[in-house]
Order: sequence, then C-alpha cells, then structure tokens
Amino acid sequence: MASYILTERQKQVARSGLETGQMVCNKPSVAGSVSQRACVFCGSRVVLYPIADALHLIHGPIGCAAYTWDIRGAMSSGPELHRMSFSTDLSEKEVVFGGEPKLKVGLVELIDKYQPKAAFVYSTCIVGIIGDDVEKICRQIAEEKQIPVIPVQAPGFQGSKKDGYKVACEALFQLTGTLNLPVPQYSINILGDFNLAGELWILMDYYQRMGVHINATITGDGRVDAIRNAHNSALNVVQCSGSMIHLAKMMKEKYGTPFMHVSYFGIEDMSDALYEVAKFFKSEELMSKAREIVKEEISRLMPAMQWYREQLEGKKAAIYVGGAFKAISLIKALRLIGMKTVIVGSQTGNADDYEVIKKLSDEDTIIVDDSNPVELSNFVKEKQADVFIGGVKERPIAHKIGIGFCDHNHERKEALAGYEGMMNFAKEIHATVMSPVWKFTK
Amino acid sequence: MLLKHTTPKEIDRKALTINPAKTCQPVGAMYAALGLHGCLPHSHGSQGCCSYHRSALTRHFKEPVMAATSSFTEGASVFGGSANLIQSINTIFTVYNPEVIAVHTTCLSETIGDDMTAIISKAKDDGFIPEGKKVIFCNTPSYIGTHVTGYANQVTSFVKNFSTSTLKKKNVVNLVAGWMEPSDMREIKRLAKEMEARTILFPDFTDVLDAPMDGKFHMYPAGGTTIEEMTATGDSKFTIGMGPYSTEDACIALENKCKVKFDMVDIPIGLKATDRFLMSLSRHANVPVPDSITADRGRLVDLMADSATNLYGRRVALWGDPDTLIPLCEFLVSMDMRPVYVVSGTSGKLFDVRMKEILKDIPEAKFKSGERADMFLMHQWIKQEGVDLLIGNTYGKYIARDEDTPFVRFGFPIADRSGHNYLPKTGYNGAAHLTTQILNALLDHQDRTCPEEKVEFQL
Repeated sequence: MASYILTERQKQVARSGLETGQMVCNKPSVAGSVSQRACVFCGSRVVLYPIADALHLIHGPIGCAAYTWDIRGAMSSGPELHRMSFSTDLSEKEVVFGGEPKLKVGLVELIDKYQPKAAFVYSTCIVGIIGDDVEKICRQIAEEKQIPVIPVQAPGFQGSKKDGYKVACEALFQLTGTLNLPVPQYSINILGDFNLAGELWILMDYYQRMGVHINATITGDGRVDAIRNAHNSALNVVQCSGSMIHLAKMMKEKYGTPFMHVSYFGIEDMSDALYEVAKFFKSEELMSKAREIVKEEISRLMPAMQWYREQLEGKKAAIYVGGAFKAISLIKALRLIGMKTVIVGSQTGNADDYEVIKKLSDEDTIIVDDSNPVELSNFVKEKQADVFIGGVKERPIAHKIGIGFCDHNHERKEALAGYEGMMNFAKEIHATVMSPVWKFTK
Repeated sequence: MLLKHTTPKEIDRKALTINPAKTCQPVGAMYAALGLHGCLPHSHGSQGCCSYHRSALTRHFKEPVMAATSSFTEGASVFGGSANLIQSINTIFTVYNPEVIAVHTTCLSETIGDDMTAIISKAKDDGFIPEGKKVIFCNTPSYIGTHVTGYANQVTSFVKNFSTSTLKKKNVVNLVAGWMEPSDMREIKRLAKEMEARTILFPDFTDVLDAPMDGKFHMYPAGGTTIEEMTATGDSKFTIGMGPYSTEDACIALENKCKVKFDMVDIPIGLKATDRFLMSLSRHANVPVPDSITADRGRLVDLMADSATNLYGRRVALWGDPDTLIPLCEFLVSMDMRPVYVVSGTSGKLFDVRMKEILKDIPEAKFKSGERADMFLMHQWIKQEGVDLLIGNTYGKYIARDEDTPFVRFGFPIADRSGHNYLPKTGYNGAAHLTTQILNALLDHQDRTCPEEKVEFQL
C-alpha cells in the first residue's frame, strides 16, 4: 500500500475487482489526520437548518453560530428566519458559573420578538461539560410560550457529522405526531432533500404532475406545522443514505409509516423515484402519469445532452462526497455523459454502501472512506482524473492540481436533481473539464 | 427582503448575539499558523472545529488550507485529550512531516483543562517529536475574545517559541503583521525593499494563501516566515507592530524575551497610516523614503483630489476588526467621508478611544464594540437613517441588498468575491485601489438608480 496512506487507514481504501474483503468504515478519524470530516453539531445543524419558520438558537461560544450562519443555499418559499444567526455567545463568566440564565433570557427575548412556530436549541461541545440543563430550560420555555422548544443535543465530540444526523432526526421526531390535519389519499413526505438551489421544487413538480400530494418536506423549504403533521402521510420517500433514515425508521415504528429509499440524481434514479412511489400506491393512474413524465422529460433531455456526451466521452472523474448514496448516483450519472469514475470516496458511507460501489465500479477504481488531501491528491495523480466532484475544502486542491471541479455539496449553485438537474450537471462538468485554463497549467 | 425581521426600533437585548461581527479564537490561531513556513496548524478539539475553520479560510482565500485535528471523542471529553494529542503528534510527523506543529486549543479542551505543556513534553519524552522538529501551542478558548485574540495569541506563541537573542544585534527591523491579506503583506514587503530596509515579516502569508498554480498540490507552500527568520527576530534591533489588537502582545513578548524595543503603528491602510508606518520604518531602519514611494503618495493624493466631490459627505457604515477599522475610518475621514456607524465584535478600550478621536467632527457617528455589537444592531441603525456606502465582510450583503446600498467588501470573511488576496489595500497603492473600489461602488449605483435625464457621460 502506498506510503501516503496511514497504516491505520489501509483497510479504509480498496480497489474494485482487485481486492476482496469488506471495507472498514464508520471509524472515527485517526487523531492527527487532516480529515475532511466535521462533527455532531455540524450534522444536526445542516439537517435542521432549512426549517424556515423555526428559531435556531445555538448555545455555546460564538464560533459554532458564526460558521453555520447562512451556510447552505437551502431555499425557502416563505419565511427566512433560518438564515439569521442566533447565539448565546457564551463567555468565560458563563463557562465558570453556567450558561442557563443567559439561555433562558435569550430564548424568551427571541421567541417574543420573532414569534416562531418552534425553537431548536443546539447544545455545543462545552454545554454538557459546564453542566447546563438545556432540556429543563426547553421544557420550561415551551410551557411558558406554548410552542415546541426542542433541545438538540449536539456536542461535537460525540461523533462525526453522521451522528449529528441522528440527533437531528430525534429532534424532528419530537415534532412529528403533534398535529392532526387531514391529508389527501396519495400523500407522501419527502425526506432528505434540503432544497439546495431549489432542487426540492423540481421534484415536487414531478410528483404533483403525477397526482401525488407532498405533505411534509423534511427539511428542505421545511415548515414546523407540516412536520408536526408528517405522520399522517402514507409514505416517507427518503433520499440520501445517512441523514434521514433514522427518522424514517422511528416513524415506521411509532406510526407505521412505511418508507422507501430513492435518489434524484441521474435519469435512472430519478425515474425510479417516481415509479416506486406509483408502485407503492398500487395505482395504475399514477404509474401511467409517471411514465408520461419520464418519457416527456427524457425525450427533451437526451438530444440536448448528446453534444455534451460526445465532448466528455472518456474523461475521468474523482468523487469525494459526504454520503455514499450520492456517490452511487454520481457514478451512474457520469456514465450517462460518457465519463468514467476512477476514484469514489465518502465521508460517512457504511459497509453495504461500499459493497454496492465496488460492484458498480469498473475494475481498479479506488474506493476510499474518510479520506484526506494527501491521499486524494495522490489518487488523482495516479488515476489522471479530469474532474473532481466534492465539497468546499476540495475545490482549491483540485484547482491547484490543475483539474476541473464540481461542487456537489452545500455550495452547489445550480440544481442537480431531477431531469433538468442532469442537464445542469452535464453543463457544469463540461464547463469545468473543458475550460481552457487547464492548458496553461502545464 | 432577506432580513425582513429587522426593525428600526432597537430592541433591548440582554443575552443574545444576532448575526455576529466576529467569530471565535481558534480560526485566528489557525490562520496565523499558516504564515509560518512548513507549519501544520493543529486544532486540539472536536473535528468539527477544524473542519469549520478550514472551510472558512478556504472560502475566503480560495486556496487549500491544511490543518489537523485531535478528533475528540466522548472518552477524551471525560478523561482529557492527552492521548488524542500525543497520537496526533505521532501521526502528523509520520505522515505529513511538517517542520512545526502549531497546536491551538478550543473551548472543549480548555474547559476540560488539558495541560498543554505537560502533554507536549510527554510526547517529546515518548519520542514522538523527531530531532529538529518542534511542537508549539497557544491557548485559544473560544469563550474569551474573538478570532483577533486567537491570531494575536498564535503570533505571540511564535515569539515565545522561536525568537532567540544571541546578543549580537543585527541591522534588521521586525515587522509584525496584524490580520491582513497576503496581498497587503506583499505590498508592505515591496515598500520595505524599495526603501532598502532589512526586515523580517511575521507571520507571512505571501506564497501561502496566494500561491501560484503549478499543477501540483503542495502540503507546505513555498511562502511563510521560516524558522531561521523567526529565530533571528530576537537579534533584530527593532520591531514595528502593525495593528495593536493583533500584534502588541507579540511585540511585548519579544521585548521581554530578547530586549527588542518596538513601535506600535496601525496597519498601513490609507494615507495617514501609511505615512506613519513609513516614517517609523525609515527612522528605525535608518533609511530614507525613496522618491519612488513619494511619487506613489503623490499619485494617491492626486486621485483623492480628483475624487473629492464624489466622496464628500457620503455616509458610511463599517464593520470588522479594530485593527482595520481604525485606519480605515481615519482614511475615510481624510477623504471627507462620514463613517457614521462602526461595529466590531472585538471589544477593547483602545478602539473606543481611537474612534472617538477619529470621529470627533462627526457628531452623528455611532460606534460600538464587544457584546451585542453585531450586524443586527448595525442594520437597525441603518434602518433608522440610511447610509450611502457599506464597507465590511460578506455578511453585509443582505443589508446591501435589502437597503439597496453600495457595498465594498473588506475584511474577513469574503466568501463571494475574489481578488482580495491579490490586490492590496495597504500602502499608497493599496489606498488608491481602495479609493477606486469605493468610487466605483458609489458611481455604479448612481448611474444605475438616478433618473434617466441625469445620466451623464462624464462624472
């Protein structure tokens, strides 16, 4: 194994078709590594963030609030309260004497001023250590103000971002089942889409054209009351392997709401997402409408994509994203535009995900869990990738090596979901891979 | 309206910061550490801290930002982070092989009370620190001070760990850089070179956070103050600190440790601050200011004269860090502009004293630093009476859009524009660049919004 891979990490790197045996994953990052991963707080914050009519108060020193202020383009069709940054801004005094009084006063001030539908109170690293009883305060204020005030227990050290997703799901689960409003027959909740660049609205349009009613969107363009009423939907449609599955499972257990996994990236996966919902409702009408939509969209998309495919044929891509489910969709989407994936990595994939990736990938594709810049840049060099698909910290690394980059994370500016998302994806990859700038680097 | 929730009436807040004009210490420490050549910053805390700081710096500079983390777990929070840090040191030297690891703490490691000196000395005893390599640290609890404090603590740690006096004074002047861009440093170094002054600049972000693209990934870019230079600062005959909030502690530490006297000046932003910096450098390096620099100054004054009517009386709102706000406001006043609202999340008496002095002829001016001096307050002031121009980091864009006010980006972070790390704001040339940015913002807005019959070819 190459010298730039930490000894402890060697089983977290594999090559498809060449190595058997299960990949090791779900491990905390090796202390001292330049990990690309984040923490529990980060995971819970990104998941709950798009709920636009809730108050999000971060209990801790200023940093955690500052770094998560308006961090992702999770669009709202109405309120924008989620884009504000609220912090108890703990100082030394509170670290010594406790932050409870400050939290209490702050919560009351905010609820009085903004009249939110609910409040989420995030506990950061030191809150537990200094002994603040956040749950008690949340209970008291909820009683006093008559709105749900939900503690989000998210000290960073309790794990990685993925563990934070679970914490967020538990917070959401406290909301579900607290409101009962009638919903139409074919009602679903969309879980795990965060409406980056308005992607949710694209999906909603397809489902609505099919005749499916979207009850709660969790959490993209999210609203507190819809989440409270989510248990009345017939089905949870879950995107993204990590972030929302825990909520779906809990809702199944408590309310009997079934769930299914889908992905909205690429033509195949998007079409399946529509067909599966029609199948679930056992409705011929929904199915034929779904077929109609797919036919219509594909017949529009394919000719437009042909030119891009010709240009990009044979180009090579490296993928390093948060969730493995997204990586799987990306491999398929890249194939659709004639490209080959030579490196696939994720921050939070599990063993099953990596097995799927191995099967899906061409021989000798590098598959990696929780990677770091040194590994990634060496992999890219070895495999001669033409484009890197990743998040904020990978962009300048790709550019320095002299290859293209596509943000498939919080900073994406164009919708990449659905059929029009596929078109955007092809354009974006084309723009970066074929940019004349790379000619000047060598 | 993005900030539809802001009301003109100031609400009485006791316990809250809304839309902060600051962030926490560790990001400043991480930033400063990047200015030491061959140094890997290390965040001793949960891995989220490291990830956030790297993201924030990456977004601002559009450059790779490398840093490692102790990746705290539940166990570390109970039993202390000693094992994590020792393992980290071992991992880092084995795999990433830096010259120096610059450890900074976080709120978590500070609250659980990790003794950094003891941990690092244990790592040394256990043989995890190779010969000739160094592990330094600074304490940066997030619940004290701000990102500026963290920066200052890291720079001071450089002095404490490296500056050495051999009792042979050299004809060299140390320049301690406050929180500024690599472009600003490049300009300062150019000025010093033009003057033929022998200087050591630290920290130095040139060729680190503005590195040229060569088709390779460099874990440790070519730039940064070298360890040899940092060590030699103890033998310099004088030190000039640029920006008291970010550099005074380091200057004092250097004086105490190596008997190098210092002068504290503002970051040379604008005409007067640049004058003061050059006079100080000229005096202490014992070199004259050459004609070429005097000509730069003349060009700036010429530009200011040509622009005076367009700048006169314009009301400006600013936010950011004291070390930049002080010279910046002074420069605006020199150009007959009116900095009416100034907010900094970083508190300190000096800021209040200097602002009072600079803004003495602008009775309507309001300024506030420290607790609850945030963007929400700033916006409320603006709602009460509007301004002609905003100057500050990207977090002002919501106000700029809601209030349809021209906006010049300045400070940290700038996540939505490029060029700040390439084009300087320091020195006379930097001031000219800044003046042009201000003029363009004001006049673009005027051309776009004035009645059609008022649009003129010449302005």
